Amino acid sequence: MDSFDRPNYSKKNIKFDENVSRWTRFKYKYLTLFALKKFFWALFRYALLVGISYVILFPYYSKISTSLMSGEDFVDITVKLVPKYPTLDTYKMILNETSFWQATLNTGLVSLFCGVVQMLMCSLVGYGFSKFNFKGKSLLFLFVIITLVIPHKTMQSTMRFFFQDFKIWGIPLGINLLNPESNSVIASNWPIAMLSFGAIGYRNGLYIFMMRQFYKGVPDELEEAAYVDGAGTMRTFWRIIIPMSVPMMVTIFIFTFSWQWTDRFYTKMLYANSDYVFFNQILDEVQKTPTTLRWFNDYAQIANSYSLAIQNAVGILILIPLVIIFLFGQKKLVQGIERSGVTG
Amino acid sequence: MKNKITVSSLSCPAKRRKSKSLEKRRARMGYVFVLPFILGFAFIYLPMIIESLRISFSQIDATVQPVAYNYVGFQNYIEAFKGEDVRFLQELGTNLLDLLLDVPAIVIFSLFLAIILNQKMRGRAVFRAIFFIPVIVSTGIIEYIDIAANTMTESMGAVNSGGEAGQAASAGAEIINQIDVQKFFANMAVGEGLVNYVTGLVNDVYGIINRSGVQLLIFLAGLQSISPAIYESAYIEGSSSWETFWKITFPMISPMILVNAIYTIIDAFTTESNNVMKYITEINETSGTTNLSLAMSMSWMYFLVILVIIGAVAGIISAYVFYQRRD
Repeated sequence: MDSFDRPNYSKKNIKFDENVSRWTRFKYKYLTLFALKKFFWALFRYALLVGISYVILFPYYSKISTSLMSGEDFVDITVKLVPKYPTLDTYKMILNETSFWQATLNTGLVSLFCGVVQMLMCSLVGYGFSKFNFKGKSLLFLFVIITLVIPHKTMQSTMRFFFQDFKIWGIPLGINLLNPESNSVIASNWPIAMLSFGAIGYRNGLYIFMMRQFYKGVPDELEEAAYVDGAGTMRTFWRIIIPMSVPMMVTIFIFTFSWQWTDRFYTKMLYANSDYVFFNQILDEVQKTPTTLRWFNDYAQIANSYSLAIQNAVGILILIPLVIIFLFGQKKLVQGIERSGVTG
Repeated sequence: MKNKITVSSLSCPAKRRKSKSLEKRRARMGYVFVLPFILGFAFIYLPMIIESLRISFSQIDATVQPVAYNYVGFQNYIEAFKGEDVRFLQELGTNLLDLLLDVPAIVIFSLFLAIILNQKMRGRAVFRAIFFIPVIVSTGIIEYIDIAANTMTESMGAVNSGGEAGQAASAGAEIINQIDVQKFFANMAVGEGLVNYVTGLVNDVYGIINRSGVQLLIFLAGLQSISPAIYESAYIEGSSSWETFWKITFPMISPMILVNAIYTIIDAFTTESNNVMKYITEINETSGTTNLSLAMSMSWMYFLVILVIIGAVAGIISAYVFYQRRD
């Protein structure tokens, strides 16, 4: 229950006389109530953790195995989870017949941009909210919470309208370089850039909140020392605060990157009818044209299951880069989470 | 040249501007730091909100350019309640009921897991990594694929042989046979409502685990911030693990319980798989000019309901929350 090490009383360190039998030693070491309790608690804990890990990992396992199934497997009634005739044809089809690489590149660039910009903006804003006192601070923070509570999804149409006829309080900015006549910035990178720079993108309220809590835990003395040494506020932020908050920022970067990477909502709406290809288009594309696969024509009755397999294969392909990033950043992620000390 | 002291820098006090107090300068820097959000909110978010409110209060005519807004007052809101389609109220009702059952389950589950994952044991890093996976991947496209798989297996049933493999692929497949569990609990002679609640939870365990990722992280952070000295002294005083949990861990973690309860509510209300959200999006995407206003008014009412519930929950829980530092 506690995070400190309880002293070890399992009698491991008791010195026995030479003439005490092994059985007695064993009895005193392990057949005590304490050791028994510890053993059963450990057993229960591992059983629980392994069980839940199974529940978490099973869908991915079944996704992988279905994506490897061939048409014969879908017809064969004895095949449930492990394919009898595994094949990579589904993957080959996706990689060859769709613009998957292009989509990976585009999504990667947009996700990287969102990750970096939102990470920086949210730490700036979070720092402002945590260390400074100014008029209207609590009102502004209420607005942050509001952006978190109102889901962007309910504002789908308004957002589309807004960016289709982009004006700032009625003043057209003319930032659509391709077509100066229209105010539409849809199908360009502007909307996502503006959302990111304004720190009002997907779940940015949560990030601001997290950063604020983190900076609240940073002692003021640190900054005061920097001020005494002659650093300004900005310099203190860049040279002292930012290096300190790397784990937290990595956490936010991983969140932003992976949520943008698997995003359907923003890319679908803000890049509608554009030349950029994203993962969701691949998903739609794949559902329409799997006809080139041999068994898709041979076994028409399994078309439904098979399109499921194709979708799973797309899902796996999308997840692989994420898993790699996660494995690299995992240590920092956990560190950042642990240091955030989200209190009240 | 850097270290050379120039005359101008020495004579600084002589040409001092109207000096501002440190406090004022700090306040100004505060605005500078928060500036991105102020700009984003004022120039992008606020116009969108106002536009949305305006649409919800009017009948829009998209045939003319620019789009004409005819103010109709609360008509759309009344329509949402009294219209031929009563689905909005139904969905809202069932949704609230689900929420009532899910929120305690998610909060307790994630607290329990956080406590276990906070203990020292072999393989802790691996388990933590596994438990954080849902946070990273269970949104957007992957969620969409899961939902698609679920609806597909539901529609197919086990009629054709493909169903078997398909069912295995769907994420929300029943892990435990409900009847078995019900039999098991029936022997224990507890109320039927409780049995249904428990079997419901057990069968939704995938969903609950998936949705308790962020909460788990927040609880872990909270547990890390409790000083080990408190535990140590409790241990010396002879308190058992059970007492330590209720007397130390629970009060110290209670601010996080508040945060998590609110986060869970927000999350439950705003995910894509939420039925009310689905319904609103459905209306939104069917063509027709009245639908848009209707969807807008519904989402505003929905938002108000969320706010009221969050306010109520925050009010109730914060009465019991213990803060170590009372500033």
